Amino acid sequence: MILTYLIGILMGGGALALLLGQWNNSLPKWIALCTVSIGFMLLVSFWIDQSYGPNILLSETWITEYRHNWIPAYGISFHLAVDGFSLLLLVLTFFLGILAVLSSWNEVKKRVGFYHFNLLWILAGISGVFMAMDLFLFYFFWEVMLIPMYFLIGIWGSENRAYAAYKFFIFTQASGLLMLLAILGIYFIHGSNTGNYTFNYFELLGTNIPPNTAFWLMLGFMIAFVVKLPLVPFHSWLPDAHSEAPTAGSLILAGLLLKTGAYGILRFVLPLFPEAAQSVASWAMLLGVIGIIYGAILAYSQTDLKRLIAYTSVSHMGFVILGIFAFNELALQGVVMQLVTHAISTGALFIMAGMLKERLHTRDMNLMGGLWAQMPQMGATAMFLAMASLGLPGLGNFIAEFLILLGAFKANTWLTVLATCGLIFSAVYSLRLIQRVFLGPSKHLNPVQDFSCREITIMAALTLTILWLGLYPQPVINTARPMIHKIEELFSKENKGGRALPGDKSLFLRPIKNIQNVHIESALSNTNSDVR
Amino acid sequence: MLGNDYIALSPLLLLAGSCVLIMLLIALKLTHRNIQLSSLLLFIVTFFSLFYAQNLTPYHMEPLLVIDRFAIFIMGLIIFSGLVVNILSYIYFEEKEESPKEYYLLLFLCTLGTCVLAASKHFISLFLGLEILTVGLYPLIAYLRTRHHNIEAGIKYLVLAAFSSAFLLFGMALIYLQTGSMEFITIGLSLHSLSSLPPLFLTGLGMMLVGVGFKLAVVPFHMWTADVYQGAPTPVTSFIATASKGGVLAVLLRFFFVIDGFRFRIILLMFIGIAIASMIIGNLLALEQKNVKRMLAYSSIAHLGYLLVALIPGSVLSIQAIGFYLVTYFITILTAFGIMTILSTKENDAEDIESYKALFWKRPLLACIFSTALLSLAGIPLTAGFVGKFLILAASLQTGFWLMAMILIISSVIGLYYYLRIISKMFSGRGGVLPDEKRPHPIFYLISVIVLSMLTLLIIWFGVYPTGLMYLVEYFQLK
Repeated sequence: MILTYLIGILMGGGALALLLGQWNNSLPKWIALCTVSIGFMLLVSFWIDQSYGPNILLSETWITEYRHNWIPAYGISFHLAVDGFSLLLLVLTFFLGILAVLSSWNEVKKRVGFYHFNLLWILAGISGVFMAMDLFLFYFFWEVMLIPMYFLIGIWGSENRAYAAYKFFIFTQASGLLMLLAILGIYFIHGSNTGNYTFNYFELLGTNIPPNTAFWLMLGFMIAFVVKLPLVPFHSWLPDAHSEAPTAGSLILAGLLLKTGAYGILRFVLPLFPEAAQSVASWAMLLGVIGIIYGAILAYSQTDLKRLIAYTSVSHMGFVILGIFAFNELALQGVVMQLVTHAISTGALFIMAGMLKERLHTRDMNLMGGLWAQMPQMGATAMFLAMASLGLPGLGNFIAEFLILLGAFKANTWLTVLATCGLIFSAVYSLRLIQRVFLGPSKHLNPVQDFSCREITIMAALTLTILWLGLYPQPVINTARPMIHKIEELFSKENKGGRALPGDKSLFLRPIKNIQNVHIESALSNTNSDVR
Repeated sequence: MLGNDYIALSPLLLLAGSCVLIMLLIALKLTHRNIQLSSLLLFIVTFFSLFYAQNLTPYHMEPLLVIDRFAIFIMGLIIFSGLVVNILSYIYFEEKEESPKEYYLLLFLCTLGTCVLAASKHFISLFLGLEILTVGLYPLIAYLRTRHHNIEAGIKYLVLAAFSSAFLLFGMALIYLQTGSMEFITIGLSLHSLSSLPPLFLTGLGMMLVGVGFKLAVVPFHMWTADVYQGAPTPVTSFIATASKGGVLAVLLRFFFVIDGFRFRIILLMFIGIAIASMIIGNLLALEQKNVKRMLAYSSIAHLGYLLVALIPGSVLSIQAIGFYLVTYFITILTAFGIMTILSTKENDAEDIESYKALFWKRPLLACIFSTALLSLAGIPLTAGFVGKFLILAASLQTGFWLMAMILIISSVIGLYYYLRIISKMFSGRGGVLPDEKRPHPIFYLISVIVLSMLTLLIIWFGVYPTGLMYLVEYFQLK
């Protein structure tokens, strides 16, 4: 039930903010803040309960679920469930949600109600994506987060906002529709195999798909996810959207929206199409490495502060793809860490860029310089964040990238060597960022203010989290472990046994509550083994 | 005629009677308001008569008409859209200088024609229905005859519709020559044993398709659409876009299901070609339009293409998909054109895209309604249009028409661009050229807005919880 509450709170809060925004300009902010904080506290207390309780360390992957019929005629249900991995991303969602509200506290002055409505509905869509266990529902949430994001960029963005908003929406919508086709494809294949037409993720797992079809269906899913991620040939929407969006928009884009792509690959592509995923693994890793290097080079040559940060995202997400398609536990753990730490460090950099823009009214780095003298606090924080971004040991990103590289090394040595070069590049662009903005001769003569109280709170929360993740990442790793274990098992079996076990659903144990479905499953695996 | 005949035919009889009654009321020199209210009442009465007629289904009126559940369903949709158009028309025509009273009579006439189409199972009733509809539409399109575009549109429609009717008739004659019957069922029976179509029949069918394709405005018979949409008074445009197309599509569906036409490869290919061309060309032509009415005209071509995609598989799912999509399309188009009607002034309709600039900051409610309608047309989740598109995709994938599904997706991405263009226009900047807040007819304005808000709520409701509508469509589907 907590899962529906989370979505309900966000959507309700959004609607309330919209309504009350008609009368009062500051009320929506407070409503939004309360909503997200309540959600965050609910979630954290739930997480703590779970990690001390028996569930998470046992073989049981799924912590809790909620299911309600939605469109029974087509086998569609409102089915939410979380495992450790989703739980982590949910906590991240609400954490960044609070910061997003705080960071736009003074930035947004017009149409405050509608702004917070959009903000909260994006968060609702994203949390829905992380919880949905029905493919139709998943697609539904996948699209629900687009429209408010489109408005957020299109209304409150900077000069070139209309273009950026279009590009963002059309890229994601086009790729999303391809995923819808693939979803329908797997739905009908499963239905004609078993006579049971359903969009339920757990029942679709292990559908017997002819390899050729599986490849195309997998591509349908993959395209949607790698556009969101983004992987290199599909990244061109990202710099525009990130740089034109308002601060909170960039924060959510970089911190959360990109993560939905990685989540989708881990949750859907790998378990649903293990063989097909393996057949494209080397290509995906190659593209990932190209992304790492290409993103870093482009980041180096930017003069626009936000575009620079946007390209670093491309680079960092290359690591994610590299790690995912290495298919081993080390790399996958690294991927989970990377998702969390990148969200926080890059999000923090975007907030920083937003603060600079508020003060200097520009994003152009040629017009900045020597700001450290005027804003020592901000300078120091920026230094810290840049160090995090380049992967300094002791900070979260180091753990993530190190684990990924360790894991990927086992899978593909040469690509990993190339990827490691990316670390050097990241040092180059991060240091250049600090150099151009905070050091050197001062170009800005007007006095600028250092951090305010609110800004210190935001930055403190972010930097402390990065530090915590760098020094003691164990809670994150523990929470995600059961899910990663399953994936790793799935692929190691394939490597050893040669023949995959598409019908083997024991790998994805589901909550025992749903006895009825267990029957179906056992019936299913029988039919599958018969086929074999 | 038996007593049951009257009950089964009561919707049609009531519509025909309403025409006469309104004519008499006009002769009594009632005011515009009274005429409007009484026609509204008559529409409501007709709508409720459907519930009585529904108890008798399926009821055959040999040899011309059949009142089955599907016919009731389509009639319901058509009468409903006539009703909404009626409500929205008052302010629009009260503003103009022409006497608006005969307008309501013509509206009833067109509704009658479309309802006959929906219930016809014979070429004669098909042709009768089509001609009643078309003849009613000529004056409706050119109603504001002092305006330049109206006359142009009226003449264009007249020439082309007459031309296409000739094709239709000739096609029917050829089919009659081949099969010796004009009844759908008998035609179907005479085709039953054949594995390929005789050339004469095929020629006849092709000519009929020209006639029907013209009414549906599918590519390559779409040339009139934009001009007529633009020229006709906005409420009339919404009637053309919904009711007239819905009726023709219903009879097409019935004909092809009765003769089981999609067994034949050549028919299948013909329809696939039309569907693909409509989707792509409709959306491409809409891309750069600056006139919202023209844009929606081209987008309606694409939407008819989507409906054909659902029609082609000919499965149970495809009938459901068509039913669902028709409902969502009707509601959405009525909402979109309703907004345009409300925003229109005495001098010109709100058809230039610039006139929507900053609408969201001036009239947030109207802008929200319009955005919802446009998003539903684009097929974005949370709106009914998404579920409709989803069902169409499901219907075409179930039978393995991957190519059409891919093209549907590509073209709807293209379509997204121009829907978003209007929406982003509404959200952009301040300023613009909207009339001031003072409304001449506050009560009717309020009623119109309430109706449109309810339609919007329906769009969202069907998008979030479509099960109810699905059951309804399933209950009323063609058997």
